[in-house]
Amino acid sequence: MDEPFARIACVVNGRAVQASVPVRQSLVDWLREGLGLTGSHVGCAHGACGACHAVVGGVVVRGCLMLAVQADSETVETIEHATHNPIGHALQDAFFERAALQCGFCTPGMILQAAELLAEQPEPSREVIREALSGNLCRCTGYQAIVDAVELAAARLRA
Amino acid sequence: MKAPLFDYARPETLAAALSLLAVHGDAAAVLAGGQSLMPMLNLRMAQPGILLDINRIAGLDEIGVTGEHLVIGACARHRDVLRSPLVVTHAPLLAEALAYVAHAAIRNRGTIGGSLALADPAAELPACAVCLGAKIVTASIGGERTHAADHFFRGLYETACRPDEMILRILVPLRPSHRFVFGEVARRHGDYAIAGLAMGMGDGECRVAFCGVEPAPRRLPAIEATLLCGDEPDLSELRPMSSEDAPGSFRVHLAGVLLRRAVEALRGG
Repeated sequence: MDEPFARIACVVNGRAVQASVPVRQSLVDWLREGLGLTGSHVGCAHGACGACHAVVGGVVVRGCLMLAVQADSETVETIEHATHNPIGHALQDAFFERAALQCGFCTPGMILQAAELLAEQPEPSREVIREALSGNLCRCTGYQAIVDAVELAAARLRA
Repeated sequence: MKAPLFDYARPETLAAALSLLAVHGDAAAVLAGGQSLMPMLNLRMAQPGILLDINRIAGLDEIGVTGEHLVIGACARHRDVLRSPLVVTHAPLLAEALAYVAHAAIRNRGTIGGSLALADPAAELPACAVCLGAKIVTASIGGERTHAADHFFRGLYETACRPDEMILRILVPLRPSHRFVFGEVARRHGDYAIAGLAMGMGDGECRVAFCGVEPAPRRLPAIEATLLCGDEPDLSELRPMSSEDAPGSFRVHLAGVLLRRAVEALRGG
């Protein structure tokens, strides 16, 4: 079989994009290689680690478990856009201040998932934060500083 | 790893999807949420010839009440079922169980039809379907078939759904006089269940179904009878799966623990 391609048209980080993508290419691979949006990372490629998160149609998705072709007619936002959103921006500042990242590989996925949590629950307990981020794996920090950062960002957003 | 080559179709209507299934049969894989299918493709554990993306077909994701049933379309996302006021009112067991399903990002895309069609032995929703006495409707170009959940899950990853069929909806009978509870034991939050229990009591009956203990969920009459009498549950009818990390005896032990917790929860009010 030759590599089948499909044409897609979507909005990525506020800009209209048109592309021809291999149908088997994952969303995260297309974002990285097709659009140069390398903030989303490929950790496990099977949905376990959360490093690949993107926001499609307003919800966080595993970028490794969607096909690029499925982004057709959708609105996609990546971590590169997070700073334009007050919640994303607050989280970025808080992650920095609380040293909630070391290598940074898990960080974009963490921030996008935490942002979805804070949008729905502005005052989450540490237990709720941990549960919400249970699908995001970090090999460096031991998670404590990440929970601290989400708590700090939530407090600032409420102030 | 990267997915192998496959053809891709995105039928716009149910009729178009069913025609494609009739043509391709078991060479086709239905792509709804993709939260189980895509890992299989990325790990090259499956090599379908063609993916049928059904996400654009209108009307497959609706949640509503008709007559004596709560009706949930196969493409309803876990996230939406979990939050649906109709589900919380009429089948709170589903909302309770869905909190244990994977993680938020996966629930945002995963669908109830996908979970039922895959019939992973550790999956929460098939056990809930059996406990609730739900009916599962499948369709092919030849028409629709309705299956009692008890008879739908046949074995490990095996259902009554034929290769030329797809699941359309699940019908959950309204049982206002029952109380249901769900519990699960897993290593970490969101991990596959080692053992999980869906239990309901009301109208003089007890309804018990496990996930993770046996290859497929089923009603367990001996356990139900002992619980109705207020006795210790009779676990001898269980035929547990066994793996290195969770031998059968451990799963049976967890079944007992989950039953004890469920009984307390239902008594506790």
